[in-house]
Amino acid sequence: MKERLSFADLPGLMDMMSGDEKHDHSAASTLDVLWVLYDQVLRISPDSVADDDRDRFLLSKGHAPKAFYAVLAAKGFIDLAELPGFGTFGSILGHHPDRNLITGVEIASGSLGHGLPIGVGVALGLRARGEEASRVFVLVGDGELDEGSNHEAIAFAGAVGLDRLAVIAVDNSSSTYGWSGGVETRFSREGWSAARVNGRDHQALAQALSAAHPGVPRLVVAVIDPS
Amino acid sequence: MTMDTMRDRFIRVTSELLDSDPRVAVVLADIGASSFEPARQRHPDRVINLGIREQLLIGVTSGLALSGLRPVAHTFAPFLVERPFEQIKLDIVHQGVGAVLVSAGGSFDYPFYGRTHQAPGDVALLDTLPGWTVHVPGHPDEAEAQLRAAVTADGPVYLRLSVPANAVPFPVRAGELAVLRTGSAGTVLAVGPMADAVLAATAGLDVTVLYATTIRPFDAHTLRATLSNPDVVLVEPYLTGTSVPFVAEALRDIPHRVLALGVGRQELRSYGTPAEHIAAHSLDAVSLRARIADFLSAKPLVRKQ
Repeated sequence: MKERLSFADLPGLMDMMSGDEKHDHSAASTLDVLWVLYDQVLRISPDSVADDDRDRFLLSKGHAPKAFYAVLAAKGFIDLAELPGFGTFGSILGHHPDRNLITGVEIASGSLGHGLPIGVGVALGLRARGEEASRVFVLVGDGELDEGSNHEAIAFAGAVGLDRLAVIAVDNSSSTYGWSGGVETRFSREGWSAARVNGRDHQALAQALSAAHPGVPRLVVAVIDPS
Repeated sequence: MTMDTMRDRFIRVTSELLDSDPRVAVVLADIGASSFEPARQRHPDRVINLGIREQLLIGVTSGLALSGLRPVAHTFAPFLVERPFEQIKLDIVHQGVGAVLVSAGGSFDYPFYGRTHQAPGDVALLDTLPGWTVHVPGHPDEAEAQLRAAVTADGPVYLRLSVPANAVPFPVRAGELAVLRTGSAGTVLAVGPMADAVLAATAGLDVTVLYATTIRPFDAHTLRATLSNPDVVLVEPYLTGTSVPFVAEALRDIPHRVLALGVGRQELRSYGTPAEHIAAHSLDAVSLRARIADFLSAKPLVRKQ
């Protein structure tokens, strides 16, 4: 059964996933951002997952699947009956998500540093196809940004002003050596519009993700207290 | 008239396809960008030069495919297949999307650049992944036909262009081994640009010569249907033995012998010309003839009871 549920229901949905997930902390760090995206920002619904002009959300940091699946279930993309099978052989819900198994999931992720380069390609492809309304949102972690492939994408997207692309960097201080001056200094140097907000503040997240950024790509750093 | 190279043909035909097919997009990492500049001016959104960024090359190729385009990614083989191999595995295959990867440089077409620009292991690497069609054309005309077919298809295709080419194209049916010569002492399978050397090497020998321009999927049917004596010689322009598992599978119910000839694993640490490297790997016609004749004349060892 597919139901439309609220943010308050998400912990209960996560509890339904009985698998032995290793990344509980990571899952919790993205919960608010994912909810705000699907509740207020993305133009996407279970009825429009195949529409050419939909917004695309790419979960690059695939280590956060419980939160992601809980939000997808709450919004009707995933049957609640799928949740208890989390991580089992026949389940569509793995410890890293697979677009080929879950309708509405745009990329298969898990290996870090792949979502942003793919997102650049999706944004270029939508531009080439004349899908003017479609935007691309990519969620990465601050630790994930250690991967060099991201920096090929950050530099290129900034240089060409890929303004239909937005990155949400969930910053829970996971990067081993950190980012001097904050993650945003890396993006700003390449010409991105950047904002830093409390990653638990839904109103601030929604405003930062909805702000206009003509001519340049957008970064929103969602700060989460490390625990 | 001087024959154009496979890469010349690729650039010309792909530029035409950009004009005629709005699904086609070209993705580059600087290499080849100047050749595609006229096409880029006509189609600035579909000819994309990323700079020297090969992980991004494959990531963007994936994203373009996810958005509904038919991307054609091009650079030298080491930078297309080896450097971003995890991107090929995950961004193309694991996502379940298709793309056309077109390499230049073959195994050692520019040997004066040294090992950094050599990729004899490219086909073997792709063999670790499912679903790839791998074309190894031996002539620009063959490359053009394969390119045109690849662009209209949906799956993952690797088109391996090389500077060495056969003097004339052979009549090839798409995806099938062509029979260039028939004989009874064994079968020699020449892949792509090795055909002319193999024909010269086997002149006067009583062997069947098969010719592959598409090596994956492997055409087991034609190999079996034309098999006279189950002695098979593979002559591949990339890593020695790459197709041995496929011959073994094709002939799994037939006792057989295989001689695998190709590019050796050793680093030569030599520069020079392609001809010198072909000779160093014993892939010139004279060396091939000696190795093939020796293999065919050798009696199989029979274990004493």
